[in-house]
Amino acid sequence: MPGTDALPITITAITKRYGEVFALDGIDLAIRSGEFMTLLGPSGSGKTTLLMALAGFTRPDSGSIRFGDREIVLTPPHQRDVGMVFQNYALFPHMTVAGNVGYPLKLRKVARAEIATRVEQALETVQLGGYGARRVDQLSGGQKQRVALARAIVFGPRILLMDEPLSALDKKLREHMQIELRHLHEKLGMTTVYVTHDQREALTMSDRIAVINHGRLMQLDTPRVIYDRPANRFVADFVGESTFLPVDRSGESVSFAGRQLRVGAPPASAGALLLMIRPERLAVIEGKMPEGLNLFEGRVRELVYQGDTALAAVALADGTEVAVRSGTRSGTAFDRLAVGAAVVLGLHPDDTVLIPYEG
Amino acid sequence: MARPATIPDDGPNAALLRRDALRERRALLGLASPAVVLLMVVMVLPVGWLFYLSLIGEGGGFSMENYARMLESKAYGRIFMTTFHVSFLTTGICILLGYPLAYFLSQLPPRAATLCMLTVLLPFWTSLLVRTYAWLALLQRQGLVNTWAIDLGLWDTPVALVHNLNGTLIGMVHIMLPFLVLPLYAAMKAISGDYTRAAANLGAGPTQAFWHVFFPLSLPGLFAGALIVFVLCLGFFVTPAVLGGGKVIMVSMQITNNIELFFNWGAASALGVVLLAITLLILFAASRLLRLDAVLGGGH
Amino acid sequence: MGWLDRPAGDTQITHRQRLWLYVVAGVIMVLLVAPTVIVIPMSFSASQYLEFPPREWSLRWYENYFGAPEWMQATATSLKAGVLTMLVATPIGTMAAYGLHVSGHWLARHLFILLVTPIMIPVILIAIGVFYALVQFRMVNSLSGLVVAHSILALPLVLIIVGAALKSYDFNQELAARSLGASRLKAFLTVTLPQIRFSVITAALLAFLTSFDEVIVAMFVSGGDNSTLTRNMFNALRDQIDPTIAAISTIMIVVSSTALILAQVFGRAKT
Repeated sequence: MPGTDALPITITAITKRYGEVFALDGIDLAIRSGEFMTLLGPSGSGKTTLLMALAGFTRPDSGSIRFGDREIVLTPPHQRDVGMVFQNYALFPHMTVAGNVGYPLKLRKVARAEIATRVEQALETVQLGGYGARRVDQLSGGQKQRVALARAIVFGPRILLMDEPLSALDKKLREHMQIELRHLHEKLGMTTVYVTHDQREALTMSDRIAVINHGRLMQLDTPRVIYDRPANRFVADFVGESTFLPVDRSGESVSFAGRQLRVGAPPASAGALLLMIRPERLAVIEGKMPEGLNLFEGRVRELVYQGDTALAAVALADGTEVAVRSGTRSGTAFDRLAVGAAVVLGLHPDDTVLIPYEG
Repeated sequence: MARPATIPDDGPNAALLRRDALRERRALLGLASPAVVLLMVVMVLPVGWLFYLSLIGEGGGFSMENYARMLESKAYGRIFMTTFHVSFLTTGICILLGYPLAYFLSQLPPRAATLCMLTVLLPFWTSLLVRTYAWLALLQRQGLVNTWAIDLGLWDTPVALVHNLNGTLIGMVHIMLPFLVLPLYAAMKAISGDYTRAAANLGAGPTQAFWHVFFPLSLPGLFAGALIVFVLCLGFFVTPAVLGGGKVIMVSMQITNNIELFFNWGAASALGVVLLAITLLILFAASRLLRLDAVLGGGH
Repeated sequence: MGWLDRPAGDTQITHRQRLWLYVVAGVIMVLLVAPTVIVIPMSFSASQYLEFPPREWSLRWYENYFGAPEWMQATATSLKAGVLTMLVATPIGTMAAYGLHVSGHWLARHLFILLVTPIMIPVILIAIGVFYALVQFRMVNSLSGLVVAHSILALPLVLIIVGAALKSYDFNQELAARSLGASRLKAFLTVTLPQIRFSVITAALLAFLTSFDEVIVAMFVSGGDNSTLTRNMFNALRDQIDPTIAAISTIMIVVSSTALILAQVFGRAKT
């Protein structure tokens, strides 16, 4: 498969209304050339609507979409030259695998001999070499998914769109395919827009993640930043587990339960703030108090064993509660916790994240 | 919470996008235009013409005399009575026979159901005329039913089973039964078994579960089927004409007579208009009580 | 007889308790099928009175039918009208069903109901309306007038059948085809149509039968050289019971049953 010149996508002020509700509420998004961008959000957030707008199947009420320099928001779908993988694959049951994969080439009037070569090449790229003669109903779910992918890339599109392509697969296969898709992206280099509601999938595969809710862009960042430094409560809540604690603010300094907090990055917004804590970032402190950590004192209320990790619910002095998650390695301080015991928890300043308090 | 939409945004490209969307919706709707044109030409215009004709009297000018004659004449009154009488009876008998049959079919496993369904589909697909003729041959004086009944000792002399109301009813029920069974069967299949199971779990015996739960849920389907049968009976022509022997005169037959025998287009049209009005009224009233387009398989 | 005591339904009611229902349903099913089936052996009866079972077997009624020029002419007319109706109603109906299904226009639902009304309003009205119009244009007793009228009667069936097929069809495939570069028309022809083709064929068969079996419109609109088979049969029935009709009926039953079985086979053989 020849490397393609990928195209950047520029989305400006896209709005789509259904009756009383905004499915897309003025989204601006710039996707870089060759980037793997994931649109992440709950169902009904607008992420699929946005993907459909890129494909041309949903016409926005207003806004601009550019592929490279070209404005394409008014272009019909069959002239957009993007590859698309649907959630249920949408393979044509009345054609063979080769028929499916060769379909876009036939439409583009490619010579028959060349179609055969390119189809086989595409199938080999997805590790289904030689499957051309098979019928669609003879394939497993994972194989169907790969044929759908082969069909979407065989004509060398410069943009690839994927609508939750792995959601119908079982867990093991899904995790395997996530890595395979990532490798494929690196090999082929086309700009990829990927829609999912699974935050783990998004964190695994993406160059950048656009978190979307109620038709609006909540945060646009790399996976690490999205997870470590969520910009608002929704992102903190949707991606990973989190506990929120109210904090007092005076100017630039923030304090909890009377004690000033050491913060890795200063608060980004003015106004009231919340402290966001990831359960796995809290450490159980025994013995000597370490320097430089933010400390919280409380009592263990409940312990839940979950196999590879365990969760402890700790009630703090002022009545609020935090969750602490740790591996279940034997002999650690966490392992020695018992219900009712007093405990001191430590939090690194870089893990002390402040988000705006939204009322 | 999602922001509720307010005044339309006029963002970039908004006007162009709006026009494009409208153009596409209209173009797709336009695919139905040959059908609509055909409908206009073949149905709407001629029927409109007839309506116009019904308002023209013997003398050639505008007149309501055709309708007046209908209201005064006892013969017309009898014809309408007969038509409604036959339609009600046919619908009633179809319900009595069709409901158990539909229920039986709905309880069968898939393979048996398809096989038994053929007994309903076969007459449905067989020509109306052929079925009417079959009953004529069977019910005539020297026909099969009389011969067998006499052989079995049920009665002594051939009974007039045809060329009267009884024959007409038998024929019409036979024709109309599939029209009731098919929608009713579909409605029954759509009733989840969980409802009956829940009733049983709560203490209802099989008969109670049926009458308290299944039967009420099947009523919309029954209503739809009965409606179709009734409306079809109102306008029915072939079977009453052949099996009624001239003693059962329904509206459609009178219309035909007015044209073929009396060349009275005014009277025929007026009668036709009244029949159409009654039919449309019944359909309209029913569609208010029941989503008719869902039964017939609407656009979306 | 062990099966009698096994459960037959969701309430665990046994077959034995439902026996009465099975008997009643069985009787009704027999009564539904028997009349048409009995016509077949009756048509081979030598006697004028169509005995069952026939005391003497004979092909005389078939000879009457095939030997009579009027019957043959009428059959040819009916077949021609049927095929032409099928060729007119099926494409127009399929196009309309597709357009109304995907349009998203608020008018679509209303147009659908409008196009389906011909099967609900009394056919006699369409018959005399078309007859009157054709009289004005001096087109009575013409094949084209008949085909046009029959097409409007067949159209609702095509719409309902194709409409149902489109509702259960996965439209993502058409979207996929369009994303791969096919225009709407091409996507429909290469991807959607092949998958709903069995429903389209069933609709076409029903359109043919609608025209072939139709009596009332034919009674008014056809005549003379262009009289249809059904018209002649109806007139014969009104006068006296000509046993030739039994022979014709048998042939028509065979034709309808074949069409029905074909439609069932096609309907099952979906890929």
